[in-house]
Amino acid sequence: MTATTGAVAGAGAGTEAGAGGPLQVQAARGFRDKHGRTTTVWAWRTALLVALVAVWQVLSGPVLDPQYVSSPLGIWDRLADWVADGTLWTNTWITIQEIVLGFVLGAGAGAVLAYLIAPIRVVWTILDPYVMALYAIPKVALAPLFIVWFGIGTDMKVLLAAVSVFFLVFINTAAGVHQVDPALIDAVRLMNGSRRDIALKVVLPASMTGLLTGLRVSIPYALIGAVIGELVASNRGLGFLISDSSAKFDTDGVFATLLVLSAIAMVLNGLVGLIDARTSRWKPLDA
Amino acid sequence: MSATTAPTPAPGPATAGTEADGVLEVRDLAKHFPKGDQDLVALREFSITVRPGQFLVLLGRSGCGKSTLLNLMAGLTRPTSGQILYRGSALTGPSTEIGYLTQHDTLMPWRDVTRNVEMPRELRGQDKRSRRQEAQRLIELVGLGGFEHHFPRELSGGMRRRASLARMLAADPETLLLDEPFGALDAQLRTELQGELLRLWQGTGRTVVFVTHDIEEALLLADRVVVLGPVGSVLLDVEVDLARPRDPDEVRVDPRFVALHKSLSAALKEGAR
Ligand SMILES: Nc1ncnc2c1ncn2[C@@H]1O[C@H](COP(=O)(O)OP(=O)(O)OP(=O)(O)O)[C@@H](O)[C@H]1O
Ligand SMILES: [Mg+2]
Repeated sequence: MTATTGAVAGAGAGTEAGAGGPLQVQAARGFRDKHGRTTTVWAWRTALLVALVAVWQVLSGPVLDPQYVSSPLGIWDRLADWVADGTLWTNTWITIQEIVLGFVLGAGAGAVLAYLIAPIRVVWTILDPYVMALYAIPKVALAPLFIVWFGIGTDMKVLLAAVSVFFLVFINTAAGVHQVDPALIDAVRLMNGSRRDIALKVVLPASMTGLLTGLRVSIPYALIGAVIGELVASNRGLGFLISDSSAKFDTDGVFATLLVLSAIAMVLNGLVGLIDARTSRWKPLDA
Repeated sequence: MSATTAPTPAPGPATAGTEADGVLEVRDLAKHFPKGDQDLVALREFSITVRPGQFLVLLGRSGCGKSTLLNLMAGLTRPTSGQILYRGSALTGPSTEIGYLTQHDTLMPWRDVTRNVEMPRELRGQDKRSRRQEAQRLIELVGLGGFEHHFPRELSGGMRRRASLARMLAADPETLLLDEPFGALDAQLRTELQGELLRLWQGTGRTVVFVTHDIEEALLLADRVVVLGPVGSVLLDVEVDLARPRDPDEVRVDPRFVALHKSLSAALKEGAR
């Protein structure tokens, strides 16, 4: 609310628009206005985390059996060991490679195919039920088949991640293409635009929201696909680390790996946030 | 495409001969919209000839087929039957010579005002500097100076309308089709833009087809007013012989204006029944 005084002070520097348009002034927003909320939110997040970890550590041992629920210190020790002997980094790096490769492959194929097929309405209508049927298959169920086809190497994990990503990107991009306002296409036709102009200057930008939604929702699925592939059959990667630790009743190891996985997920979510910031610059008129 | 509709007395494909040729000649136009196993008739046996340089105002109640007619004249949609000749040849699709301001705004939401306004010239392949310059001029003309880098959703309805108008003018069309262009504007701005439009039209040989609900607006602008009734029937077709320039305040008390106003308003009422 302190901002109002600043706005009045800045009004003299504002650009006066003709024809009764709104006045544009330099907004004088202080640190509290800009960052106050974020600071509070982060303070609470940190407090919550610290409290949870503390409670966990205190209860683990006297109340809960560390054999089953591990403990923050146990996890910490395990992570330190793994960092020291390089286990952590080699396995994390393998999983990250699978995720990124699977994502790029699936998203690329999904987007390209969607732009090729979706604009041709007949073809899309014919294929639609099959696409939906394939999309509905739980991707875990494909793992055994993929092992038969591609063996238990990295390929299998990459493809498992790619398949999950592919359908999400494909379907969302196609929806974006189909939701293009025909009036905008007419506008370009009125400017004597060619089919190419329509494709590049209307359909592509208008469907970008669909494509980005696809990318956004599919990032976690790339992670899921890769880890499931490793869980099913592997001798390296974070998924292998989980199954290996649990086979040895090493709960600390399982929790440590889960912690690393959620850290990766958070980084990926951060990337999604960047994508979001790119797209929210404009929004459809009727939104 | 042409002369297959027999009954017309031998117009031939190229009708350069027929005297007092219109820029736009509409013959026996019909437009049906399929709806289930029935057809909705939006326009039936509609004919009109728009003379070059004429300022024609189409007046009609909501739903009488004005926008449908303009869509056809712009070449956006195909008629169910009948034909439209533009400068003597059959209209087969949109043309850069015909500018069309549709009833609803179609600014690209991902382009700011400048990039929207320069779009017709961008598609034409004009270089960036000169199209920017022209866009800037038009933006000032419609009173949007200072909003060059705003996106459509950041503008008011009337401002979007003006941006659309600027975009249409950027194509530099010879014939302007305007569907209720000033409906969303306040009286002051409306008068200003009406003045701009008249300036753009007068002495340039441009032809204007202007759709409105507003009788006063029709009389202020038009050479000729056509009152449309249901399914595009012509209820009244009058020349407006008021001297130009028409001052909005003075013309209202002109006895000729009052008489025309009365007859137009009577025709509109008749169309309601
Ligand atoms: N695309 C369409 N599909 C089906 N019916 C349509 C379509 N466009 C118009 N119509 C019908 O045609 C008739 C005339 O519509 P039109 O939009 O031409 O009216 P209008 O005179 O422009 O009205 P307004 O002044 O309200 O804009 C209406 O009854 C409408 O329901
Ligand atoms: Mg209309």
